[in-house]
Amino acid sequence: MEHIIKNGIVYDPLNNIDGEQKDICIKDGKIVDSVSADANVTDASGQIIMPGGVDPHTHIAGAKVNVGRMIRPEDSKKDVVGRAPGQRGGSGFSVPSTFMTGYRYAQMGYTTAMEAAMPPLLARHTHEEFHDTPIIDHAAYPLFGNNWFVMQYLKEGDLDKTAAYASWLLRATKGYAIKIVNPAGTEAWAWGGNVHGIDDPAPYFDVTGGEIIKGLAEVNEMLGLPHPIHLHCNDLGHPGNYETTLKSFDIPKGIKANPITGNRDKVLYATHVQFHSYGGTNWRDFVSEAPKIADYVNKNDHIVIDVGQVTLDETTTMTADGPMEYDLHTLNGLKWANCDVELETGSGVVPFIYSGKAPVPSSQWAIGLELFLLVNDPEKICLTTDSPNAGPFTRYPRVMSWLMSNKYREDMIENHVHKWAQKKTSIATIDREYSFFEIAQISRATPAKVLGLSDTKGHLGVGADADIAIYPFNPETQDPSTDYMKLEEALTAASYVFKDGEIVVKDGKVVNIGLPGRCYWVNSIYDEELEKQIVGEVETMFKRYYSVNFANYAVQDEYLPRSTPVDGVIL
Amino acid sequence: MSEIILKPKEQPLVPIEANNVTPDVFAGKTLEEIKNLGIWHGNRQDRLSKFFDIEGESSENPSEIKIIIDGSVPKTKWIGKAMTAGEILVKGDVNMYVGADMKGGKILVEGNAASWPGQDMQGGELTIMGNAGDYVGSAYRGDWRGMSGGLITVHGNVGNEIAEYMLGGKMVIKGNVSIMPGVHMNGGLLIIEGNVVARVGGEMKGGTIVVKGIIDEFLAGFKYLGIERDLNLEGEIIEGAYHKFKGDLATKGASGIVYAAVAGNSHIAPY
Repeated sequence: MEHIIKNGIVYDPLNNIDGEQKDICIKDGKIVDSVSADANVTDASGQIIMPGGVDPHTHIAGAKVNVGRMIRPEDSKKDVVGRAPGQRGGSGFSVPSTFMTGYRYAQMGYTTAMEAAMPPLLARHTHEEFHDTPIIDHAAYPLFGNNWFVMQYLKEGDLDKTAAYASWLLRATKGYAIKIVNPAGTEAWAWGGNVHGIDDPAPYFDVTGGEIIKGLAEVNEMLGLPHPIHLHCNDLGHPGNYETTLKSFDIPKGIKANPITGNRDKVLYATHVQFHSYGGTNWRDFVSEAPKIADYVNKNDHIVIDVGQVTLDETTTMTADGPMEYDLHTLNGLKWANCDVELETGSGVVPFIYSGKAPVPSSQWAIGLELFLLVNDPEKICLTTDSPNAGPFTRYPRVMSWLMSNKYREDMIENHVHKWAQKKTSIATIDREYSFFEIAQISRATPAKVLGLSDTKGHLGVGADADIAIYPFNPETQDPSTDYMKLEEALTAASYVFKDGEIVVKDGKVVNIGLPGRCYWVNSIYDEELEKQIVGEVETMFKRYYSVNFANYAVQDEYLPRSTPVDGVIL
Repeated sequence: MSEIILKPKEQPLVPIEANNVTPDVFAGKTLEEIKNLGIWHGNRQDRLSKFFDIEGESSENPSEIKIIIDGSVPKTKWIGKAMTAGEILVKGDVNMYVGADMKGGKILVEGNAASWPGQDMQGGELTIMGNAGDYVGSAYRGDWRGMSGGLITVHGNVGNEIAEYMLGGKMVIKGNVSIMPGVHMNGGLLIIEGNVVARVGGEMKGGTIVVKGIIDEFLAGFKYLGIERDLNLEGEIIEGAYHKFKGDLATKGASGIVYAAVAGNSHIAPY
């Protein structure tokens, strides 16, 4: 099947194309140099073309997402979509059902989305939900930061064993990256506590958050993984936490990036940094320290961050940071679900209303934007809302419009948010506006590169997967800075979205679900002999402590309708 | 007032969802258009005229419309959903969710109602002459923001967990109540003229509950404040002597008030 998209205005940062009128040729799901005269033609005159969006951090599949759906029937009630030909109905504003999640990402021109927290024990559930999430390519990051085996091996100072365990676990769970959430803290939560900062040891294992970050950062490069360690720092959401954040950022500095696949040069991916950029000692004297965080990112080259932009919606928070969710529940008094995942991790779920009338959410909104606007290099920052934690992913178009229009932000500051946004942050003094090129960087190029997938994702060069978004906005006649509402509309409902070379969305509506999404996972074998020994130790622990049989633990290939292994080291 | 009369045909086994039966939806429509309105029956849509003989005349303005359901419709749900004006009279029983999300206007049910009448009600008046089921004037499942305005009156008895998460408005139950009226209540006024089985105001944080009858079992989380006579609540004088309690102190910072008539409730007063 051949296709040609004619006359669109193309933004493709990885190939240095900044608003050029250019034809895109597609053959057999890939972007090619040229096509025959028989190719189907799509006219994109006066419209923007970007690679399909890549979301490096979202929560769309697995146990805690489903707990979010279960404890929030009222969230389902307020957003219901009936079935349409070839499509399922669904519901949920902040935690949409699986099918709706796929449709909604596609409607915005996003074609890849990564589930950022997979408890290994619940990997099957996660992949089952992926199975029912149409269109988008995906991967899941298993949680390592509070895992008993990891903590035990790090306590023994044995990085080789840690590496052998990590490579086995990535294969067993069909996982993609090393995710670390509140290292040592979630384990402390299993004992009813938490840790504070990076130097506080986990109970029994006696390793600190800092030691876990350092050990896993080294293991990450020993295994040659495509993505750096994916870190959710300690002390999330607490006034004064920026110091912990900066200390954590410094830990992997000096480690050399060693990806077998892809060409990332970063060794740390720090996520939802907005929640980690707070000064002060309590919620009264709390201030933004986003400028200090942005300054660190500007001065250091080993790090990429994503923001976790607050969108000022009623949403559902969900994280493996169990103690943080308990704190949140005591703060807002709303319902709370807690989950313990045996020897591996835990999680919590609490609804949250980020109201523009309230001082703290308004400040959080401003702190996220400060990060976007004060980090100079869009190759170091990714667009996320930590969906649904700071807001649902369906608000990405709005976030992009805030970034592209100072006028939109001024309207928000003057009319829609609490005055703390001005008092506690510097947002009102920043007039930078993103260009379309920069938007394409933070939502396509940068995430694809840091995921190690920039061979085929996040760009429109020859050989890339033909995942393409076309938006009905003409940068030659319309000004995003003043026409920001039109821009938001255009980005919400792409005029065309191609996935693997097929049209899946037309005029903002899903018309075809195409192939199942690819599931990326890392195929790495660190040391076969050592791995056998480790698996023996794991089996012993299973017999003693786990609630499932070892033989039922690993996710078998049948779970992945479009399995796409990515190589790490194979020794 | 223009009247539209819906004469029920035989009610189906599977309940129908009549959320289109409101003055707001009927306004500005011809009789023919009203007959052709869609109505969910299980997983498929039928026309309203399949279940009702319809006659009368509509109006442009919903507040000028009175809908009369001329008979019992025990298999019909969602009558008057989210209505803002006008009147609905049901000359018999209704199924669940009558007056759910109601914002204005009046609904009078001459018979009994099943559960969830007046769910998330924000305004208007809902009167049930017979009995009602559970969750009268309660929040949607999972929500912590329930009925916020309007008036619900039930002349008969009701079931469990009425006024759950109530925030505002007024509810009067003339008959008896089962367990947990006013559970999680945060505001508003609930008056129970009959008896209550148990757990009045469990985990309430605000609002006021008056029980004129006997409370069989009372919760331990309430602080006794003494006897008060001839209550003045929202401008209405409620005569008689009442034990006054504050709670439910099982919830932090709770300041809900429960009044229980002195007559018949000596077993719950702390002396």
